[in-house]
Amino acid sequence: MTHSAAEARGATPLPSPAARPVLEVRGARVEFPTRRGTLVATDGVSFDIGPGEILGMVGESGAGKSLTGMAVIGLLEPPGRLAAGEIHLDGERIDNLPPRRRQAIRGRRIGAIFQDPLTSLHPLFTVGRQLVETIRFHLDVSEKEGRERALALLKDVGIPAAEERINHYPHQFSGGMRQRVVIALALAANPSLVIADEPTTALDVSIQAQITALLKRLCREHGTAVLLVTHDMGVIAETADRVAVMYAGRIVEIGPVLDVIRRPRHPYSRGLMASIPGLRERAERLNQIEGSMPRLTTMPPGCAFHPRCPEAGPRCHVARPMLAAVPGEVTSAACWLHQGGVTRAAQ
Amino acid sequence: MPRNNAATAAPLLEVEDLACWFDISPPLMERMLEGKPRQILKAVDGVSFSVARGTTLSIVGESGCGKSTIARLLVGLHKPTRGSIRFSQGAHGALRVQMIFQDPYASLNPRWRVGDIVAEPIRTLKLRPDEAATRRRVDELLSLVGLSPADGRKYPHEFSGGQRQRISIARALATEAEFLVCDEPTSALDVSVQAQILNLMRDLQRKFGLTYVFISHNLSVVRHMSERVAVMYLGRLVEEAAAETLFADPRHPYTRLLLDTIPDLEAPNRHRQPMGGEVPSPIAPPPGCTFHPRCPLVREACRKGRPDLRLMPDGARLACIATQEAEARLAVPA
Repeated sequence: MTHSAAEARGATPLPSPAARPVLEVRGARVEFPTRRGTLVATDGVSFDIGPGEILGMVGESGAGKSLTGMAVIGLLEPPGRLAAGEIHLDGERIDNLPPRRRQAIRGRRIGAIFQDPLTSLHPLFTVGRQLVETIRFHLDVSEKEGRERALALLKDVGIPAAEERINHYPHQFSGGMRQRVVIALALAANPSLVIADEPTTALDVSIQAQITALLKRLCREHGTAVLLVTHDMGVIAETADRVAVMYAGRIVEIGPVLDVIRRPRHPYSRGLMASIPGLRERAERLNQIEGSMPRLTTMPPGCAFHPRCPEAGPRCHVARPMLAAVPGEVTSAACWLHQGGVTRAAQ
Repeated sequence: MPRNNAATAAPLLEVEDLACWFDISPPLMERMLEGKPRQILKAVDGVSFSVARGTTLSIVGESGCGKSTIARLLVGLHKPTRGSIRFSQGAHGALRVQMIFQDPYASLNPRWRVGDIVAEPIRTLKLRPDEAATRRRVDELLSLVGLSPADGRKYPHEFSGGQRQRISIARALATEAEFLVCDEPTSALDVSVQAQILNLMRDLQRKFGLTYVFISHNLSVVRHMSERVAVMYLGRLVEEAAAETLFADPRHPYTRLLLDTIPDLEAPNRHRQPMGGEVPSPIAPPPGCTFHPRCPLVREACRKGRPDLRLMPDGARLACIATQEAEARLAVPA
C-alpha cells in the first residue's frame, strides 16, 4: 500500500507508547462478497497496542469490533476477508502469511478469550489435559514440564486447590472459574498479544470484577498487549488504558480512556456516554441517540453518523471525515467538528 | 411523579411468604440403586414484598438468586409452593398483568405480522367491538411505542432488537394491562438503544400510571427506573429499601459488595474490594445466613440462625444479624 493510500484510509499515526507496538493495524477493511454486491463491514481501521497495554474497543452490535479482533487472529468466517490494510505483530506483517504459518501464530503469539468459556473448552478432556496439549503444541517441552507449567498457570489465574482441580472436567467448574481456565489457556504459550472478546459478558457482576482485575494483573506482569472487545463501557473504564469507539465499521474516536469517558469529542461517543444511566445521581430522562445504526446495505453517504447526529452540517452529508488528532489533545476523532467545521463545503 | 411513597399508597400487589421449590431429584430407580437422596432446589424461599400503584419495584441479584422465578410466579407461569400473591382490583375488574421478556427475538412469533401480534390480545379478550376498531387500536399502540402504523404490516425479523422490544411493550399494553413484570427487558440491547427503551417505559408509566416489577442485574439501570429496590441472595430478600436510600446507604454486606463491584464510570479504578468467592449452589445452601461464607462481618450467630427480614425505623427492611445489632446499639445508647 502506498503512502497516499494509507492516508486516504485514515491511517493517521496514533499516539503510541515509547516501546515498539506489539500490534499495528493499518487501514483494515473487512469485506463480505454477497450476491448483491460487496458489503464493507469495517474500513480504514487503524490502531496500535504497546506491550502491557490494554486497548478497549467499544461499539454497538454490528459496529465491527468483533470482526476487527477476528481479522487480527485470522479467523474471519469465509466469505468474509481482509480486503485491504495490513496487520503487523511484533514488527512482522502477518495478514498475508499462508494459512499454515498463520495457524502457528494463533495460540503461540496471539491468545484468544471468548465470551462463553464453555464453548472454548472441550467437554471430554480434563482442563489439565487441554492445557498440557496446548503448551506442548506450541512449546518444545516434555509431558512433565508441560504439566508443571499447566499447574503454575492455573495457580497464576487464581484457581484454588490447583493440584486437584487440574484433573477436573470443564463442567465441574463454575462460570467464573471456567473463564479463569480459558485465560490460562490463552496465556499457555506466553503470547505477546491477547484478543479478549466480551470476556466478562456471560458472568455475574461480582465475578466480572474478579476476571477484569485478573486480566489486568496478568497483562501487566507478562507485558502482554490486550485487545479488549466489549460493549460494556464500565468494563473498559476499569480495565483499559486507551479506548477505541467504533461506529458502522469505523473507529470514530480513539484516545486515553479517561479522556474519552470524561470529554468525548465525537458526537456519537458523547451520546453513548450520556445514555449510560449513572450511579451517582438519577436523571429524569436518559439521553438517547435517536434512530439506530445503519445496516451495511444502506450505509449513508458522507459521515455514517450524520443522520443521527445533532451537530451535522452540509459537509457531513457529502464527505466522510478521517480519524485525526483533535487539535491540542491526545485523542483522535473522525469528525468535521474538529477538522475545520461542519459547514465548509467538501474539497 | 410521586416517589418513595410505597408505605403510604395502597399497594397494587402484595406478596407474602412466597416460595417456589423445584424437585430436581435423580430418577426413582437411580435414587434406590445408588442411595441418592431427594434434592429440592429452593429457588424462592419465603419472600414478602408489596408494590404501590404507579411505582416500580426492582429486584436485583446474581444469576440463580431466584429473581426470574419471582417474575414467572407473578404472571402465573409457575405455581407457588407456598405463600400468596394478591393483586388489588384493576380499572376493568380483575387486574391485568403482562410480562416483558428479556429476549425480543424469542418472544415474538416470527410467522405473524406485527399488527396481528399486537391485535391478538385485543381479539382474544374482545376489547374492541369490531375489526375496524381493533385495527385503529393497533395503530394507536404502535404510535404510542414510537413505531409507525405502517410497521404493523411487517414481520418481526424486519426490526432491530430495540424495535422488537417496543413491539413487546405494545402487545403488553394491548391487554389494557396496568401491571407489567419486566424480566431484564434491556439486557439484550445496546446501551444507546437501552436508553430509548428505558425512557419509553418511564413515559408510559407516567402517562398511564403503570406499575412495574423490574428484574435486572444491572444496578445503574435499576437505580434509574425504581422507587424501591429489593436485593435477593439465594432465594431470599436480604434488603429492601427506597432506591435513594439503598444506593446512598447500602446496609446489608451483600448489597455493599454488589455496589462496590460494579464499575463506576465517574470514578473508575476507585479503591474497592472485589468480592471474594462465588454464589454457593442453591441446591445445598450454607446453614444459617446463606451469605455468611462470603461476609466480612460474619459472627458465630450467622452460622447458626437465619436472619429475618426486619423492618428498620426508616422503613427499609434488612436481613442481617450483625447490621441489625449494630443499628440497635446506636439507636439505644447504653
